[in-house]
Amino acid sequence: MSVLVIVEVGHRMAGEALAAGQQFASAMGAPVQAVTVDAEYTADGFTATYEAHVRKTKPKLVVLAHTYQTRDWAPKLATRFGTMLISDVIAARFEGWPVFVRQLFQGKFNADVRAAGDGPHFVSVQAGAFPPVAADAVETLSLAAAEIRQRPEKPFRESARAVDLTAAPLIVSVGRGIKEQSNIAVAEALAQALGAELAASRPICDAGWLPMERQVGSSGQTVAPKLYVAVGISGAIQHLVGMKGSKTIVAINQDPNAPIFEVADYGIVGDLFEVVPALVDAVRKAKG
Amino acid sequence: MKFVVAIKQVPLRDSSLRIAASGVWIDEANLQYEINEPDAYALEEALQLREKHGGEVVVLCAGPERAGQTIREALAKGADRAIHVETSEGALDTLATARLLADAVKSEAADLILTGLQSDDLGYGQTGVVLAELLGMPHSTIIMQVEIQDGALRVKRELEDGWFQHIGMPLPAVLTIQSGLNKLRYATLMGIKKAKRKEIRVVKAEAGATAPVVIEKIYAPLKSKQAQIFTGDAKTAAAQLVEKLKFEARVL
Ligand SMILES: Cc1cc2nc3c(=O)[nH]c(=O)nc-3n(C[C@H](O)[C@H](O)[C@H](O)COP(=O)(O)OP(=O)(O)OC[C@H]3O[C@@H](n4cnc5c(N)ncnc54)[C@H](O)[C@@H]3O)c2cc1C
Repeated sequence: MSVLVIVEVGHRMAGEALAAGQQFASAMGAPVQAVTVDAEYTADGFTATYEAHVRKTKPKLVVLAHTYQTRDWAPKLATRFGTMLISDVIAARFEGWPVFVRQLFQGKFNADVRAAGDGPHFVSVQAGAFPPVAADAVETLSLAAAEIRQRPEKPFRESARAVDLTAAPLIVSVGRGIKEQSNIAVAEALAQALGAELAASRPICDAGWLPMERQVGSSGQTVAPKLYVAVGISGAIQHLVGMKGSKTIVAINQDPNAPIFEVADYGIVGDLFEVVPALVDAVRKAKG
Repeated sequence: MKFVVAIKQVPLRDSSLRIAASGVWIDEANLQYEINEPDAYALEEALQLREKHGGEVVVLCAGPERAGQTIREALAKGADRAIHVETSEGALDTLATARLLADAVKSEAADLILTGLQSDDLGYGQTGVVLAELLGMPHSTIIMQVEIQDGALRVKRELEDGWFQHIGMPLPAVLTIQSGLNKLRYATLMGIKKAKRKEIRVVKAEAGATAPVVIEKIYAPLKSKQAQIFTGDAKTAAAQLVEKLKFEARVL
């Protein structure tokens, strides 16, 4: 009975997967093995390699970080063992059998999920849920022989960023609560009053209401300003990972249960179309 | 070419959700539903690929009877026909869902299967990948662009922190689509009318094997920070907030 940690070497979550693996292993009284593959990533290649390793070493639990790469292949691995990946886990309990905590409905609820059967169980952990440990003592596996159907090309960046949000001390960030492109001006007025940069959640940039380079989150920029004001943003994990290191977080949202309030220092529950203009006035007054 | 789009029906965005008496799922009474957001982009991509390459778009959906409405909406947007794998109420795990979808679509001999990268309700993010494995097809995930050339695929995959990568692979294949890769269309009146006559093949789901995972309980998350919430009218709340930002947080 062991715990296998599959490490994406060089990824910022490598130490988090290892931390989770060690924590689960100590709760189970089981040894940990950490492995990685030294080869270019393909879903087919990685699945075949780790399948062979899991069949050989028979771990009870396989732990990964919930990265884009993991999303791409780990469900395939779990399928080969007749089970599924319990993805994006934020905590675990061991009561004879493992119970994992994960979010539902984009963070509105948590669920306790029990892995049925004897294992191996497959789990990926959410960014920021397990404080990282040093990712050393990772064994390297060589790529198993397999038919590889994906032909990856070189990763690239779309274009140079004209806006560096990471340098901004104050950020006003706007989400789908703004409803229409013409309403962006409402948030812009607040940014101006504060002397802040304007940023956005992904749907705003997807819609082309603000340029991609202003997107905060796992597929955009990671920021940690002195002040981050989230206007009409629900607080999905992919957004939170990009801003939860901010020193002071303000959330303005009409839904008192929006997950953004879980990371906020200050919040106003209300209609942003009333709150934000009032805030603009109050900021102007305070600044004199 | 035959394009299959796997879609899921989920509660309308911004619905106020309550936990059901059972404690293991949400209360579904009085909820309204819509297509899962990334699935809407997958459908749009299939419609655009059909416009470019010709062929047929088949909608594939596993869900309870009420999912029929979301299927009709997809037909109204321009899909040609649909397969509805009718399940009982409540959430299925993704392995069970993918098995139902795989069984229903096997005989279709699809060239390309598209689906959203994850669902807004369970959020496991793996139905497409598991479906590919069950069907023995290659796949790629988090796709922002799809090109078909000489019977093969070249896709643009989103990586983290603003990076991308092109990946080639043979057809048939499964892709999971990321929101935002295209502009969604609305159904036209004509489309809605036509949809009424389009075929929806209903397949009753067989009771599956035992679930690999079981939801024991759902509950409101604990807050990691205790936010100070200002209530009252907008003006008062705004003044209180600015006071705190100036003298407590010292960021003004
Ligand atoms: C692989 C992947 C990568 C992703 N990368 C990113 C990323 O980098 N950045 C990112 O942001 N997202 C990302 N997402 C998307 C993310 O999951 C969420 O869908 C997104 O963050 C939601 O944006 P939102 O909060 O603006 O919209 P919603 O979730 O729709 O929230 C809108 C909020 O506005 C509130 N609201 C509505 N009207 C009002 C009003 N009048 N007054 C006040 N409040 C109001 C609502 O209560 C709601 O909470 C990614 C998703 C995936 C799967």
